[in-house]
Amino acid sequence: MGAMLQVEDLRVAYGQIEAVKGVSFSVSAGQVVTLIGGNGAGKTTTLRTLSGLLRPVSGRVVFEGEDISSVPAHEIVRRGIAHSPEGRRIFPRLSVRENLELGAFIRRDPDGVKADLERVYELFGVLRERAGQAAGTLSGGEQQMLAMGRALMSRPRLLMLDEPSMGLSPIMMQRILATVSELKDQGTTILLVEQNAQAALSLADEAYVIETGRIVLSGTGRDLLANDEVRKAYLGED
Amino acid sequence: MSTFLARLRDRVTPVVGPVRLPVGAAGAVLVVAGSLTPWATFFFGYPGKVTLAGFPGGARLYPLLLAASAVLLIVDAPGRRRAGLAAATGVGVVVGWNVLAIAKEGGGFGAVAYGAWLALLGAAALGVAFRSLPADRPVPTRFDRLPAPVELAGIAVSMALLLVVVVVSLRIEESSRFVSFAAFVAFASAVLQRVGFFAWLQSVIERHHRITIAAAAVTAIAFPFTQQGSSYWLRVFASIGVFAAAAIGLNIVVGLAGLLDLGYIAFFGVGVYVGALMGSASRTTYQGEWPFFVVLIVAAAVAAVFGVVIGAPTLRLRGDYLAIVTLGFGEIFRIAANNLDWLTRGPNGIAGVPDLAVGGFNFGDTHEVFGFSLPGFANYYFVELLLVAAAIVIFTRLNDSRVGRAWVAIREDETAAAAMGINTFRMKLLAFAIGAFLAGAAGSVNAHVAASVAPDSFTFLESILLLAAVVLGGMGTVPGALLGSAALFILPEKLRAFQDIRLLMFGVALVLMMRFRPEGIVPSRRRQRELHQEGGAAGAMSAPPSAPVAGGAA
Repeated sequence: MGAMLQVEDLRVAYGQIEAVKGVSFSVSAGQVVTLIGGNGAGKTTTLRTLSGLLRPVSGRVVFEGEDISSVPAHEIVRRGIAHSPEGRRIFPRLSVRENLELGAFIRRDPDGVKADLERVYELFGVLRERAGQAAGTLSGGEQQMLAMGRALMSRPRLLMLDEPSMGLSPIMMQRILATVSELKDQGTTILLVEQNAQAALSLADEAYVIETGRIVLSGTGRDLLANDEVRKAYLGED
Repeated sequence: MSTFLARLRDRVTPVVGPVRLPVGAAGAVLVVAGSLTPWATFFFGYPGKVTLAGFPGGARLYPLLLAASAVLLIVDAPGRRRAGLAAATGVGVVVGWNVLAIAKEGGGFGAVAYGAWLALLGAAALGVAFRSLPADRPVPTRFDRLPAPVELAGIAVSMALLLVVVVVSLRIEESSRFVSFAAFVAFASAVLQRVGFFAWLQSVIERHHRITIAAAAVTAIAFPFTQQGSSYWLRVFASIGVFAAAAIGLNIVVGLAGLLDLGYIAFFGVGVYVGALMGSASRTTYQGEWPFFVVLIVAAAVAAVFGVVIGAPTLRLRGDYLAIVTLGFGEIFRIAANNLDWLTRGPNGIAGVPDLAVGGFNFGDTHEVFGFSLPGFANYYFVELLLVAAAIVIFTRLNDSRVGRAWVAIREDETAAAAMGINTFRMKLLAFAIGAFLAGAAGSVNAHVAASVAPDSFTFLESILLLAAVVLGGMGTVPGALLGSAALFILPEKLRAFQDIRLLMFGVALVLMMRFRPEGIVPSRRRQRELHQEGGAAGAMSAPPSAPVAGGAA
């Protein structure tokens, strides 16, 4: 069986500046795959390209057998990819519930949406408590939960999470990552971008290390956790 | 200066506390006395017989009414301190304005009589008394149900009051008196707002939604039958109706989809020109005789096509850029109309558009219905009523639909909206086209009401005024657009005496509005939440810079 998502020699540029310089990786159904790397390595750019917010200069993105590298953002969701973006980008003045309902914008099965809303509330109890509250008044961690919940509302086959632990307290970070592993246990396919390499690698089936727009290392999560270079560069050990 | 005042206030407030009631009572008595005594020492044509004593003539009525708020010193209502301060400030502003106006017209402060000074003194005393009250209890957000007749009476009285305000402001001829009245309405509304009256009214109206709408519709339809054949008011309301329909269309673009369109009047202009060309005008380049219903649809459709043609290249832009480009297109329309002589007759315009006639029924004639005589403008009034009703239905249905939710998301965060699967470009184009459609429809009727059309009616200023009507009334609400259009129509008429500084005053009114009530006269629930939620909402999430989004909406 081929991979669910196949990225081949992807190049992305902001004007003259090339941010992603030929990245290739793949995600198979049911896997958690992580991209780790420092600031400006090209992780977020890669995700934004996959979700159609940026156009690649060259290279191919194949999802379930179709090249989606020039499909616009609003179509990508319909193909089955949901993106929980960097900085969360929830709708701050809409209520939590309205945010989640917008996540299901493409769906036309009200009953299924209702059921999924219930599922998200099960996953993140806090969101049920705050359903009527303006999303901007949530704490950072709660907003992250909302962003993930909103992405799940489209019932995606591939969930892309960009830095879900960014800017969170250690406790909140733990809770978010625990939820990611819960989603993994439920069989969700996840592409995870993280700076917290320790947590990401221990969750991941496959992992790729990106540096200045290129993949420099890859392997299973466990392998990379044991790798000396990774330990030095990303886990802060000598 | 201001620190001096603040220090004085801090010193006075605790002293006043124990003698609050006597001070407040004295203030109220002074205001009442001031309202019943002369404001001008000699007669020089200043409106309202303000040289005479014994009755509250002219603007003197307003301080008298505001002074009634003094009862809040005794009644422990929530929000009473701030409400009382609003009332005292209102008295000060109304009297102060008249003092200045009398001094200017009468040739110095010697022209100002003791009544005005008494009232000002009273306002100060009232203000000091209210300021010494302890901080307010907050106004409740939920209200207990009252017996249905009481609630319905509340709605009826409020609607009647609104009608009185509109009629009185139309009746007042003198500009100075109108400013006094406007200030009075503003501060009286502030008092009612601060004691929670409007919040209560809103909850009651929501509870009796259908009855309210039905009552409004019946009142609107019955109105021409009460005019005993006079057409003055019908002409006024028919003109307001034209603006209202266009304003609702603009409200879809600006209020719902969040697109700043500074050239909207061009779509209205397209509708007027199509209506005039197809409406068998006498001085024209093309004399078509088409059934009006066809003209209406064609005018709206042509305007909508213009909306799409202008929108398609510009709606890929965001925010400021869109505003600039639409501004440019508005000007292009006006200049093109000025120069395309073969079509528009240039600056001469198209004139002699006859009254509407549908199947032998001439809209210009007086007709007898059920023994009532309805003048020509009543017919136009009914057409406008239908048009506005259609616009309201379109607006509310869209607002509650999937499309409406997509617009909200786009307004909030366009990139995130695209990530939700919303085709942002198509949705924005749809808003543009629907807005233009309504403007075009309104324009085609206006061709017959105004009987002629020339390019100069479609200046940038008109776009701005229409936009101001929407913002003033309340973005994203229908009553807001209606009230805003009424204000838009009334204000320029009433401020005629200040010809040179009329626009300046309009600007000042807008600035004051943005400072004290940014959500507009009738705010939408959501916008209220947006603007009155300090901290939290806006600042919590700073959007990442939207770097290249080339592929985004395309």
